[in-house]
Parts: sequence; structure tokens; C-alpha cells
Amino acid sequence: MNFAATLRIALLALRINKLRSALTMLGIIIGVAAVIIMIAVGNGAQARVEDQIRSLGSNIIMVLSGSTTSGGARGGSGSQATISEDDAYALNREIDEIQAAAPTLRGTGQVVVGNANWSTVFYGTSPEYLEVREWTVSEGRGFEQAEINGAGKVALLGQTVAKNLFGDASPIDQVVRVRKVPLTVIGLLDRKGQNMMGQDQDDIILMPISTARKRVLGSTQQAKSRSVGSIMVKVKEGADMTAAEARMRELLRQRHRLQAGQDDDFFVRNLSEILQAQEASSKVMSLLLAAVASVSLLVGGIGIMNIMLVSVTERTREIGLRMAVGARSKDILTQFLVEAVTLSLIGGAIGILLGVGGATVIAEFAGWRTELSGGSIVLAAGFAGAIGIFFGYYPAKKASRLLPIEALRYE
Amino acid sequence: MNAPLIRVVELAKDYVMGSNVVPALRGVTLDIAAGEFVAVMGPSGSGKSTFMNLLGCLDHPSGGSYSLGGQEVSALSGDELAAVRNRKLGFVFQHFNLLARTSALDNVALPLLYGNVPAAERLQRAARRLTQIGLAERMDHHPAQLSGGQQQRVAIARALVNDPQLVLADEPTGALDSRTSVEIMALLQQLNREGITIVLVTHEHDIADFAHRIISFRDGKVVEDRTNAAKDAAMDAASRP
Repeated sequence: MNFAATLRIALLALRINKLRSALTMLGIIIGVAAVIIMIAVGNGAQARVEDQIRSLGSNIIMVLSGSTTSGGARGGSGSQATISEDDAYALNREIDEIQAAAPTLRGTGQVVVGNANWSTVFYGTSPEYLEVREWTVSEGRGFEQAEINGAGKVALLGQTVAKNLFGDASPIDQVVRVRKVPLTVIGLLDRKGQNMMGQDQDDIILMPISTARKRVLGSTQQAKSRSVGSIMVKVKEGADMTAAEARMRELLRQRHRLQAGQDDDFFVRNLSEILQAQEASSKVMSLLLAAVASVSLLVGGIGIMNIMLVSVTERTREIGLRMAVGARSKDILTQFLVEAVTLSLIGGAIGILLGVGGATVIAEFAGWRTELSGGSIVLAAGFAGAIGIFFGYYPAKKASRLLPIEALRYE
Repeated sequence: MNAPLIRVVELAKDYVMGSNVVPALRGVTLDIAAGEFVAVMGPSGSGKSTFMNLLGCLDHPSGGSYSLGGQEVSALSGDELAAVRNRKLGFVFQHFNLLARTSALDNVALPLLYGNVPAAERLQRAARRLTQIGLAERMDHHPAQLSGGQQQRVAIARALVNDPQLVLADEPTGALDSRTSVEIMALLQQLNREGITIVLVTHEHDIADFAHRIISFRDGKVVEDRTNAAKDAAMDAASRP
């Protein structure tokens, strides 16, 4: 008997018991849909973390100023200006693992252009800043060294600032006044989006560090003329982050002339590490979700086995008759196996549609990011087929082993 | 002289029940020629059903030989027996054993499906047999939409569809009322007149009386084998009120 005929017989048998077939498939449908949705949700969460890492820049270590102690009360980090611009240059120069280190001075203030104004954050920094943050200038140009050395009255605008001050017009070569200091816009930064805290990273103005210190921040910072709030360091791709961190710490301690027993007067934060930990946990989470979903697929498979066993018992006389008119045990085995696999594959196909639809609906209404992958769909479909064969085999074997006379006599 | 269609020599069958061996058939030797209409009779436990199963290649004998149409079948494997059943035998059962929710046409075509007959030919041959037994208008009906007699006729058409050498009917009238029983017997007689060899198992003398030869079993042995002046079922049916 050929395969097409077997398939026809199997489909006929399934059609005869429509409701039962549908209920049996339900297990597989839910299982496959759950696997696809869970993997999509997991992948979405992972992709979100990866995006955050990308927007922060990879392999970032921050060095922050230390804290003061006055009258027993310790201030927070940055309450004492202990690190300097020169620390940043030394890090750049002396540690091989470091690709770039950018000193930053942070300030906030009102920015005015004509009758428009906007309150934002500005950073005084060096040209390395863009390299560290893996940020590009979408229009205009970045800083030149002469502008860093000579406290040039220039600025780079983030997208949000530009939008609020200039609307859709180009801000290049326009003059903005930051804390009343006029700066010429030389470039517009690329859109960066939100950071992991949900802050708008495009609400920013960058200017040469010397400009920030001497012209914009003014007298408060002049006392320690080289000090900076933080240094952002990018470690080279593939270099050992922990080793780089240790060497940075050592170099800074040396430069700050700290004795062996003394505490660091600065803080080192490995931001990528935090995100990577988050990424790892979201990976574990998505694996867990997929595992839970697979359990439902497995239960669906057991449902198929259950129904097929009932079906074999119920159809014992039919099996006997088929044998009497010439079906070999192989034909019976194939018939029942094809029935089980057909059930699971049709269920799998419906499950895929439902899973893809479900993932889209979740993305649409719950606002979660979901990422459907072809791999997960193929995996779920393959798994469904395998479950059909695995759980269908035993009932099919049982059917094929029946003796024709006993099967015919079965009441 | 032509070899008989069926030749069984010292055919025996034992059933093992736990540690007991229960002999069901104790050495049966007989010939059945092509074209005969034989009724096998006997009380329950006489071995007539066992004999029938062996003739139908549904079971393996414990001893003796059985040759069907010149082919020794007593030592064939399960799959080989399936092939013999498919090509040489037709079965009619007491409870019809039609596939539920399947059209009469598809039911009749079922043996051909396992005989690898192409689809178009399958349906054509099945339709021809259904027409022959007078159910041409009911080909699309499912068993549940047919009367008992009609269902048994569909089953007979199924038994004939593979042009068998032998039709085995196991209590074919057991589930039918007496009027329908006679109609079915008339159909079998008519088929026999057209040259089909029929072996019928029954415990009713009325039914056995329509056959040309009656073989009686008791305790696993043949106790009587006689020719019978067969009653004409068609006449019988016509004479009933």
C-alpha cells in the first residue's frame, strides 16, 4: 500500500472524529504557540538589553571622583574633586588595554537661541568622548584639538536639544547661549535614544572641556583648575575588563600618592558588567520560559498518546477487519503513526500561526518587545512532529501487534 | 482430475491456556471443490469457528496441512497470510464490520486499497459489485443510513470485490431477522450459481439447509459430511407472507 493511500486513510479517520481530533490537537497547539511566544518574549527582552549596551557603548568603565568626609559625615561620590583631566590623559597613555579615556565635566543650565530656550545638561569633554560612547556626528563635525586647547566657543547638540531650540531647521553654524556664553554649533549628534534608566540621552550639549571650565562653569571650578567629575574609559575589544580595571586602579592610586592602607579616593564603575549581568539574567529567563513552554508541548504529546491509545482500543474491530481484508501489520502501524503525526503537525501549524499572532498582539498591546525568530518556529514545528512520532509509536505498535481473529472478536 | 480448491489434511489447532493445552481441532481431513456451497455446522465449542479461522488464513494451525488453490498456506508468515487473504479470500461477518461514517463505496473498495489497486479502478470495481448486489443507489450512504440487510449486502460486495477464490461467511444471518436472512441466503445462492465457492458457518439448520453440502463438527472433529438437496432461498422468500 502506498503512502498517499495511508495518508488518505489517516485523514479520513481524523475527520470521522472531528471533535476528538481538535481536542487532541489543542494540547499541541497551545504547546507550540507557548514555545514561540515565550521565545519571542525572551528574545525581545534580551534584544532590549543588548540595545542598551550598544547605546551606552561597549566595554565602558567609569571613574568617579571620591567622597569627602567633613565632621564625620561622608559626602557622596563626586563631592570631592579628586580626579583630574590629567588622570584621563595618563590612563589613555599608559594602559594598553584602554582604547580611549575621556574626562567629563558636567553642568546644567539654560540654553537660549533667540526667543527659544531649553534647560539641559552639558558636558565639557575631549574628542575621545564620542569614541568612548560610540557616538557619531550626523551633521557638521566633531571637536578639533585646537578647540580643546584654546577653549573654543563651539558646541555639539543632541537631537532633543536641537529639536527644542531649532525645530526642524539645521542648527549648524548657529549660535546658542549656554549660561549666557555664546557657542557656535559645529555639529549635531546622532540619535541615541533612552538609556537603561529611561533618560533621554539626546538631551545633551557637548563642548570642549576647557570651554566648560573657563567660560561656562566659571569660578566654582577654578579652584581646582584641572579636576573633573568623571572619566569615561573604553577598554579595547577583547581585552580583559577586570585586568584593565585593576591596572586603572593601580595607576590612579599611584598618581594620587595613596599609601598601601589608604582607601581609594575615587570610584570605578564597570557599567557594561552590570548590563551584561542583566543580559545573562534575561537569557536565563528566556531559557526558563521556553522550558516551561516545552513542558506544555510535552503534555500535548502525552495527550496525543492517550487519545491514540483510546482510539486503538475503540477501533480494535476495525483493525481486525482491515487485517482480514489484507492489511499487513506494517500497514496498520503506518496508518496509526501517520494519524498521530498528522494530528501533531496540523496542531503545530495552527500553533505557529497562533504563536506568531500572539507575539504580535503582546507586542502591540502589552508594549513588550518581542522578537520572532525563524529558528524558534522551525524548532517548535520540528518538536511537534517529533512528539507525534514519539508518542504515536507506542499506540501504533500496539495496534499492529493485534491478532486478526482476536481483533475481529473484540466486543 | 482437478485438484480441489481446498485440501486440509489432519488439520489441528491447540489453544494454550496457562498450563493447559486445549485442543480445538483434532485432525480434520477434507476437500472442498471449486464451486461448492458448504455449510459448516456444530454446537459452540465444536471447533467450527476454529476451522473457519484456519480456512480464512486468520490463524496458524498447530498441525497438519492446508492447501488453498494449490498453494500450501499452513506455514506462511503473518504478512504472507495477509497477502493471501487480500488476493484469494472474501469475508462476510455476523456483525458486518463495516467502517463507520464511511460510504458504502469506500467500504467495498477497502480490500483493493490494501491490494495496491489504482484509485480509479478501485472505485470502478467497487461500484460494479454494489450494482451487482442491487445497491447501486446507495453507494454514498454510510452504514448507519442502511438497514441490517443492506449493510450485510455491502459486506458481501466487499467480500467479492477482489474476485476471491473463496468466500467465507461466519454466521452471516446471525444479526438479521428471518425474512432478511432468507434474502441474504438467496443472494449467496445466486452468487454460488455464478461460480463462487462459499463456505458458511452457522448453527441454524434452516440456514444450513440452503447449502449443497453440510459438514457437522463436534469436539474438534467432523462427525458428519453429507450432500444436501438445497432448498431454493428465492422460492422460499417468495412463498413467505
